[in-house]
Amino acid sequence: MENYIIWLLPLPPLLSFFLIILFTNKNKKISHSIAIGAAGLSWLGSMAVFICALGVKEFGKHVYGSAINWLPTGTTWFKIGVMIDPLSAAVVFFVAWTVLAIFIYSVGYHNFGQPKGDHDIAGLPPHGATITDQHGHQHTVPSIEPMYSRFFAFISLFAFGMYTLVVSDNLLTLFVGWEIMGLCSYLLIGFWFGKPSARNAAVKAFMTTRIGDVFMLLGIAFIYSFTGSLSFRDIFKPGMLQALASTPAFFGLSAAGIIGLLLFIGTVGKSAQWPLHVWLPDAMEGPTPVSAMIHAATMVSAGVYMVIRMFPLISAGWTVGMPLNTTMGVIAFIGAFTALFAATIAVAQNDIKRVLAYSTISQLGFMIAALGIGAYVAAAFHLVTHAFFKALLFLGSGSVIHGMEHGEMHTGDHSVDPQDMFNMGGLRRRMPITFWTFLIGGFALSGFPILTAGFWSKDEIFAEAFGNGHMVVFIVLAVAAFLTAFYTMRQITLTFFGKPRTEVAEHASESKWTMTLPLIVLAVFAVGCGWVGIPEKFPVLGGILPNWFHEFVGSTLAEVPKAVTFSWTPLLTSLCVALGGLFCGWLAYRKVQSPVEDKLQIPLLKNKYYFDELYNFLFVKPAGWFSEKFAYLFMDRTVIDGILHSVARFSLFLGGFFRNKIDKPVINEFIGDGTGNVVKASGSRLRKIQAGRIQYYMVASVAFLVIFALLYYYLIGGM
Amino acid sequence: MTVEQIIFIITGLFTLGSAFMVVTTQKLIQAALWLVSALFGVTILYAILQADFLAVVQVVVYIGAIAVLFIFAVMLTRKELRDQGSQTRSNWWIAALLGALVLAGLVFLIIGEPAFNRMAQAIPAGVDTLRNLGTALVSPDAYVMPFEVASVLLLSALVGAVYIASRKGEEK
Amino acid sequence: MSIPLSWYLILAATLFCIGLFGVLSRRNAIAILLGIELMLNAVNINLVAFWRYRDPAQMAGQVFAVIVFAVAAAEVAVGLALIISVYRRSNTIVADDIDLMKW
Repeated sequence: MENYIIWLLPLPPLLSFFLIILFTNKNKKISHSIAIGAAGLSWLGSMAVFICALGVKEFGKHVYGSAINWLPTGTTWFKIGVMIDPLSAAVVFFVAWTVLAIFIYSVGYHNFGQPKGDHDIAGLPPHGATITDQHGHQHTVPSIEPMYSRFFAFISLFAFGMYTLVVSDNLLTLFVGWEIMGLCSYLLIGFWFGKPSARNAAVKAFMTTRIGDVFMLLGIAFIYSFTGSLSFRDIFKPGMLQALASTPAFFGLSAAGIIGLLLFIGTVGKSAQWPLHVWLPDAMEGPTPVSAMIHAATMVSAGVYMVIRMFPLISAGWTVGMPLNTTMGVIAFIGAFTALFAATIAVAQNDIKRVLAYSTISQLGFMIAALGIGAYVAAAFHLVTHAFFKALLFLGSGSVIHGMEHGEMHTGDHSVDPQDMFNMGGLRRRMPITFWTFLIGGFALSGFPILTAGFWSKDEIFAEAFGNGHMVVFIVLAVAAFLTAFYTMRQITLTFFGKPRTEVAEHASESKWTMTLPLIVLAVFAVGCGWVGIPEKFPVLGGILPNWFHEFVGSTLAEVPKAVTFSWTPLLTSLCVALGGLFCGWLAYRKVQSPVEDKLQIPLLKNKYYFDELYNFLFVKPAGWFSEKFAYLFMDRTVIDGILHSVARFSLFLGGFFRNKIDKPVINEFIGDGTGNVVKASGSRLRKIQAGRIQYYMVASVAFLVIFALLYYYLIGGM
Repeated sequence: MTVEQIIFIITGLFTLGSAFMVVTTQKLIQAALWLVSALFGVTILYAILQADFLAVVQVVVYIGAIAVLFIFAVMLTRKELRDQGSQTRSNWWIAALLGALVLAGLVFLIIGEPAFNRMAQAIPAGVDTLRNLGTALVSPDAYVMPFEVASVLLLSALVGAVYIASRKGEEK
Repeated sequence: MSIPLSWYLILAATLFCIGLFGVLSRRNAIAILLGIELMLNAVNINLVAFWRYRDPAQMAGQVFAVIVFAVAAAEVAVGLALIISVYRRSNTIVADDIDLMKW
């Protein structure tokens, strides 16, 4: 029974996509109803599966799932199927909630129910409609998004991709879901395709993740050629892992190592780790629900999910206490480096969404670093909690932006960037629900102790890092956590505290219930979902609630990893960095009025360490040169067209030759006219025989008679 | 040389000579008259051959009708009293050559055939050739059909000749 | 009774050839018809000679000759009628000038 539901989980969003695209595009209400209904159905199914999974003892050994024969491959079949084991059950839980929340949020975000804009064009963000109220005053109000239905179609497709990825039991359908999400990220980042910046951002996102995907595909191919299967069940058999770990492959790594590295590069692209991080900040060009979807709930989580899933492969041959093998070392390095790197950039950003983008990159670095050092459960835990509070933060920022836009329309001042934090301030009073939920999300991100989910998951990472002796990682992550708390508080202070810095901020107003309700729901999760993973040895609180998460998710692996021994150092460190960062952030920014006073507006940080410029120089410009000058002008125009034109010219020449030299003189004149002329000439000569004079005829007949008689007599003989 | 042979030779020469004159004389009316004489010669030949009825018919029909018709025709188609120009075509020698060749061939064949050297048998007594001819012409077992057809032929010739030569609508 | 058949035949052949010569070489249309008459008479002589020298009791030879007479008469009548008609039309009886059937 559960298996059927699992197979059906990705289906409603897919159907919703097709229905909206094909049929209900014109009708906005029906479109969003179909989309939300589909998300709701999948949510229902996911909850059902999750709750059923909870009830199964030792779920890790008795997972749900089934497989079908799909492609005939010689004598065997290539199987695809679904599987819900503890890891994917936890993931599908948060995916279902966040997707549904984002869908409902989008209704309000795109101003459903508002009038059509004055000069809104499909492809550009809506500008607002002018309405006249009963007093004859003209107001500008937010207008409905012209491409409303299309948005819901795309995010439905996105949801389909994520569900497919989560429920699949083999790397192939996982990759299919992966790529569908890549496509949808392109479509949605470039949703407002009228803006050149959005178009470029969409291409950049697609291209950058594509680089990762190529390597991932190589990894998948390698696995298939080695093991003959892509199904997780087959790959993670102990015997298979053993074989993979002991077979040497390229660059001194074992097969498992190389495959793990290749697959990890896919995650580097998809989860925007250094060096393929450049697309994620630009992806803020898309509407905020898209940012929430891509950068919190689904796409980047998919990258981390995949690498968590492949942990047995990556850690083949490694056990706790051993030094990290090469792949894990690389993963840990990139994760930790990215965490610090992105956090340093985030402190210098002014756009409210950019801060969150870099924050996402940084937090993903945390998860990946955790996985790199072997903290499987911690990484999964942080993945789940991060999804909730990051989605909350993004949706909250969208609500803030909406409020600012409302203020813009009120004041008529359109020169103010509604996303710049230095134009905000004091929104605490004007947008209370948004403020409180954003605060909860921010605290969760910073790791505010006990009350927020982020604390528990981050603390677990610290504990694992410290407890297993990975000091470098520990220190780097601690610094990154400090910076995280710092820039989060900076963001909250600049946005919500103090006095409004512009008139626009003064006239900001709270958003509709369709936007604030999801915020509240997610806030509940942001607070509470950490309490399922309280370590047992935690002082005071430990042991009250069992460390259910550890047992549950840990059972996915062949043997449940031992919880790390409790130590005060990581706990104190995380408390210090969290609270200290929050306090410093508030302290530094409560009086700051303009960017000029912000001491952290260091050009290097503000310009993201000039990585974009570097890549532009190294890759984009040469590629552009190549395609323009070489491929287009040289190969296509000169060589290929040259060949074609020569062929054409030769054919024309040949045709002309045949016509003028052979056809006309020989066939027309010689044979055609010639025969005619010969006939005419001979005719005109021969007709003179018929003179009309009888005696000619008679003479001729008698003469021939004589001749024939002679011939007869002499040749044939006789009388 | 029996008497018969001499008569035959004289008659033959007479006939041939007249025929020769028919085809060479320059005056057409003389040609017609020479034809009459040639036909007379043929009559005598019929008589020698004991085809007496035919001899008489020859005189009556050929000379009396046909030759006269010729003379009438010559009269009716004279432009002037004098015949114009040579009556022989310029390439008469081809005709002469051909005629000579044909004659040579025929003579050669005739001489070469031994069956032609026989003499005539006497007509058996009691055979009345004239009566037999008459019977043959009208007897249904014999040649009444060609006879009747010949009469139809003559009728059609008559009608045709009258029609062709009539003056109606031909004066231009 | 002493004249071999061949003499008659040679005579008829000679007459025939003279007639042939006349047909082929005379300009006047009527003269052509004269030549034809000579040829017909030569044929008749042949027929009667064969009649006499083979079986005088059989009348086929003479009947044939009689029929030839009739045919000759008819032919001369029609031919002369034609010539007169042509003469009236184009005022000539020179055979070479009657060449309407030329190309």
